[in-house]
Amino acid sequence: MIYRENGQFKTNYRDDKQIFPIAQDRWFVIGFILLAFTVAPYVFDDYVLKAILVPFLILSLAAIGVNILVGYCGQISLGSGAFMAVGAYLAYNAFVRIDGMPLIAAILIGGVFATVVGVVFGIPSLRVKGLYLAVATLAAQFFCDWAFARIKWFTNDSTSGSVAVGGLEVLGWSINTPTDKYLFCLGFLVVFGLLAKNLVRGAIGRQWMAIRDMDVAAAVIGIRPVYAKLSAFAVSSFIVGVAGGLWGFIHLGAWEPLAFSIDRSFQLLFIVIIGGMGSILGSIFGAAFIVILPIFLNQFLPFVGGLVGVSVSTAMVSHAEFMVFGALIVWFLIVEPHGLARLWGIAKQKLRLWPFPH
Amino acid sequence: MQFRNIGLSVALAALTLAGSAIQTVAVAQQKVQFFPSLTGRTGPVAPNATPFANGYWDYMKLVNARGGINGVMTLVEECETAYATDRGVECYERLKGRHGGATVIHPLSTGITFALTEKVAADKISLITSGYGRSDSADGGVFKWNFPLIGHYWVAGDAVLRHIANLEGGWGKLKGKKIGIGYHDSPFGRELLPIVEERAKRHGFTPLMLPIPAPGVEQKSIWLRVRQERPDYVILQTWGIMTPTAIREALAVGYPASKLIGTWWSGAEPDLKDLGPAARGYNAVMMQHGSSRDSDVVKEILAQVHAKGQGTGPREEVGDVLYMRGVVGAMLSVEGVFRAQERFGKGKVMTGEQARWGYENLDIGRGRLGQIGFTGIVSPIKTSCDDHMGSAFARIHTWDGSRFNWSSDWIESDMSIINPMVKASADRYASEKKLARRPASDCNN
Repeated sequence: MIYRENGQFKTNYRDDKQIFPIAQDRWFVIGFILLAFTVAPYVFDDYVLKAILVPFLILSLAAIGVNILVGYCGQISLGSGAFMAVGAYLAYNAFVRIDGMPLIAAILIGGVFATVVGVVFGIPSLRVKGLYLAVATLAAQFFCDWAFARIKWFTNDSTSGSVAVGGLEVLGWSINTPTDKYLFCLGFLVVFGLLAKNLVRGAIGRQWMAIRDMDVAAAVIGIRPVYAKLSAFAVSSFIVGVAGGLWGFIHLGAWEPLAFSIDRSFQLLFIVIIGGMGSILGSIFGAAFIVILPIFLNQFLPFVGGLVGVSVSTAMVSHAEFMVFGALIVWFLIVEPHGLARLWGIAKQKLRLWPFPH
Repeated sequence: MQFRNIGLSVALAALTLAGSAIQTVAVAQQKVQFFPSLTGRTGPVAPNATPFANGYWDYMKLVNARGGINGVMTLVEECETAYATDRGVECYERLKGRHGGATVIHPLSTGITFALTEKVAADKISLITSGYGRSDSADGGVFKWNFPLIGHYWVAGDAVLRHIANLEGGWGKLKGKKIGIGYHDSPFGRELLPIVEERAKRHGFTPLMLPIPAPGVEQKSIWLRVRQERPDYVILQTWGIMTPTAIREALAVGYPASKLIGTWWSGAEPDLKDLGPAARGYNAVMMQHGSSRDSDVVKEILAQVHAKGQGTGPREEVGDVLYMRGVVGAMLSVEGVFRAQERFGKGKVMTGEQARWGYENLDIGRGRLGQIGFTGIVSPIKTSCDDHMGSAFARIHTWDGSRFNWSSDWIESDMSIINPMVKASADRYASEKKLARRPASDCNN
């Protein structure tokens, strides 16, 4: 009833090609983003902003990057943690070694280097596919783990291999409080989300999807696989690298190579699979599921225990968290193998007919 | 369809409940001093980190049984990090504001310490990292909020090397020797290396670096290297399941346990009890205390806490090495508050900032140690604005097949070597972070 596009006539191609062709969608999303920028910092306390929303926003951004490669171009990658590490460490080097380097520029420089590394490690994708490619990209992961732990230059000769940044500032706005950090990350997510959405809607995105669906057929109709695959690697690792820079600079403040271990790569891949392959929105849903749910369970289970008069030990909570989380993943994948984004789509379809289904 | 609907409603119900769960943080009515506890009860370090958490909590219960901190009761709330840095940061953010604000944090992980060092100054909460964390944070002039009380890695490394020198008959005899360093390949492990390199330069021995990737269940290649190179000693800077695996692999390649020397995170009962007599002769340097089953504080914990059915962990582990480390950690946390109350008012709840003054001005003499039952467990501790460590003594204990026994006298590290390293490293940190040293005027508030 509310959610109907009846009467919204498109009279030119521009209208027809909007990101959100349905007015309700468009206003909802714009309103949501506005709320996120204006109201959310006042509604949520520092804990939620800093410990939940900031990592959620950053991993959403990283997941968008991974989704471009895995979901849109069909190249399974297990090197995303490595690209995040490149982004973080090279941004750190740019920030520390060059006097007066602006924060955003440093993070973008990290992204540029991640692009280079991504393209280099993407070269095997021209020959190997699917699971074999996943194994090949593992090389990136192990190489970067090794490089950042062993090559002293990257960590500015820090003995422990751990690096730290401080005095973050953008044009006189110093990023200290949880609200600052939240807004800064949200800004990045919105800008890069929009960029990514436009890329995947455009010619280049169609090339990626053609390659994903059938690379031989795509080559026959004139898409260059080399160009399409490597550009997907480049765009994806740029976004992932920027997310890595944010993770190090904004979320952790001080980090070590372990922060970008193989677990991070798997986590990002799971975010994409759970959220929905080939969907920008799905990346965000997936990140919410993977980042927020465990923390939520960790606090919710003792509360439930308290309701029924059982005091749950810290270790038990942690084990239960893993069990419930694992069960939920299995359940979601059985109910909707196409991810949370598809569930969202189904919900919209239902809403369209509501309250008078056929 | 039915299945899905049930699932969705369950999820919705859970969400609604959750909203209230986050809001209903127990509001404590009485005056309490809140001590958050970041635990590692699960994951690869669980066998070692669990006794620490139990000891920490048990001592806090004992303090309450004794009447609190001049009447102010202690309160502990745990949050599980599983030794993961991002979860540790989340736990810190979750607990720091609860129950009137956190007094002090023991991260029990060097990675988490590195991440929190950036945050505690803004939140005005001290960080006690007894025996771990950043070694250079002993320099209170730069690290106002960090307290590596009673020892850090460089002290450990120096003590181990001094012990080896004593065995060989003096520092001069180390020339030409080869000493393997098996270390956890993370900031935790690598923090040991500067002191080893410094000593190697001075005394002419060759360090053989053996990085062990976390979590440390796969170490075959490292011990094959040991078999080839036959170092005279191997120092282990390991944690969690890495330690027993290392000892087992060492024995498997025929390396004698008596030539293995652990640092203070690599020599506790959980590491050795499964190996039993096979590992007889294994040594570890202990940060002041070791296993102290006969001490007064342990008897008191058994009588006042465990006998009343309030023990946190199993009764059998009370007095074990890592349990005692938790007890000592809790003791330091509480003593700082006692000290702060002397200045800011007895019987009052101390803020994180006031407690920090207490930690910076600790003066726990023999008399006080005897009073609280720590005679023979730790040596007197005195901190100051410049010295955030307090005292640096160590002993070596040796596994006899079923328990640890002391096998050396007190070893004091050579601070004339360590202090300049601490200062140089702290200065580097300050210049990287564009921080100024604290002026002398900052020392009294």
